[in-house]
Amino acid sequence: MNAPALRTTPLTERHRSLGAKMVDFGGFDMPLKYTSESAEHTAVREGVGIFDVSHMGEILIEGRDAMQALQRLLTNDAARISDGQAMYAGLLNERGGFVDDVIAYRISPTRFLICVNAGNQETDFLWIRAVVAGCGFECTVENVSANYAQIAVQGPKAEDVVATLCGGAVRDIAGYHFRGMPVLDDGDAIVARTGYTGEDGFELYVKPSVAVSVWDALLKAGATPCGLAARDTLRLEAGMCLYGNDIDADHTPIEANLGWIVKLEDRPPFIGADVLRGQKAKGAPRLLRGLLMMERGIARAGYAVTTAGGDAVGTVTSGTQSPHLNQAVAMAYLSREHAAPDTELMVVVRGKPLKAKVVRLPFYRRPA
Amino acid sequence: MSTIPETLKYTAEHEWIRQEGDVVVIGITHHAQDQLGDVVFVELPEVGRVLSAGKAFGVVESVKAVSDLYAPVDGEVVEINTALIDKPETVNADPYGEAWMMKVKPTSSLASLLDAAGYETLLKSIAK
Repeated sequence: MNAPALRTTPLTERHRSLGAKMVDFGGFDMPLKYTSESAEHTAVREGVGIFDVSHMGEILIEGRDAMQALQRLLTNDAARISDGQAMYAGLLNERGGFVDDVIAYRISPTRFLICVNAGNQETDFLWIRAVVAGCGFECTVENVSANYAQIAVQGPKAEDVVATLCGGAVRDIAGYHFRGMPVLDDGDAIVARTGYTGEDGFELYVKPSVAVSVWDALLKAGATPCGLAARDTLRLEAGMCLYGNDIDADHTPIEANLGWIVKLEDRPPFIGADVLRGQKAKGAPRLLRGLLMMERGIARAGYAVTTAGGDAVGTVTSGTQSPHLNQAVAMAYLSREHAAPDTELMVVVRGKPLKAKVVRLPFYRRPA
Repeated sequence: MSTIPETLKYTAEHEWIRQEGDVVVIGITHHAQDQLGDVVFVELPEVGRVLSAGKAFGVVESVKAVSDLYAPVDGEVVEINTALIDKPETVNADPYGEAWMMKVKPTSSLASLLDAAGYETLLKSIAK
């Protein structure tokens, strides 16, 4: 049996020539790491790293009813942000579970760009199109993923590095805001102050034809190329969810500790709102929490969480050795009664229960 | 440094074996640590444990992966490298030297182990 060919990005060959170890991620041939994932992680915490995130998808919603469509589709309130502002949001099914988690960029009230996860591109596109058609909204839904390469520039020195390519104006872009501005030869690029690492940083949406020259210019400006392994440990320290691990169609934003992206009042209802309203009122049965391992061992996705007496109370969704804390950390869904900070629980690692402590997320917050 | 030293024996599970008198020293290969990535955790058996060839005796974990270690021979563990518990990154830095994992007094033959050429052939077949 032949596996389907992996999809590439405009930078795939660049990664190979830099000696990256490549992996299949969401059907794309992506760099796992170039040298050492720990060194790449540290480069982002202390300097600046760049990631090829061209596998992410982009869906454009445009037309008279675009705002209404966003309000129907997303948990966060697109009417409360301004043009040039972005918001993180859940795209939910009727049960309140995640179809995907997305960033919506408000270009104007009639034009939104939605950045979606690589593996969910098609599902999201079909879901959004069906909802828009079902509601009779007057707007177009277009999968424009092929029009963009995306490069994330992350770390305390990200601003300086992006400024070498785009000029000092990037310093004026506030967090979770974006601007259309030239990046090298691409006059229509989007520079967004967003990211997935817990650091300050930017995501550059550029034409595929300029991706290699932008990548090379960022390297020349001193950025470290970073792979998916570092991206995963960085986002985990920052307490950010990974679709497929920490959130999926069976988990709601309330359970995922993402109440802050759920706006229920003074707006038209979104799909799944009723379920979330109920969970907000009565409390969700399980909650996503951080776990710090108190004994030597690493919790991994799928491992059981129990009380000291051995009663099952949850499951680990992501776990690793945190390079920053030099301690094993995890995210886990825990039954509500056992989810309070400082609760002592056990993670069953290869049959052996090891002590762990419930903590508030994130594990890492960047210095102010 | 060669990534497959001539003087060692190997297994298909990417362990190396060096005979030292009546004990064998065991570790994991350059290829194994390279595949794993940055090693952050090593779990070794207790001294005195009796191992069976082909059975798991310990675990190496990197940032991304968990990997079992398989005993290359039957025998009793006579010494473990406790320094690796606190400095697992040694496995990446010096897999054939400082990152030896344990010493075993073998009770089975080493004849079925791969020599360097055999291990190299194995790696080439994996790469295809």
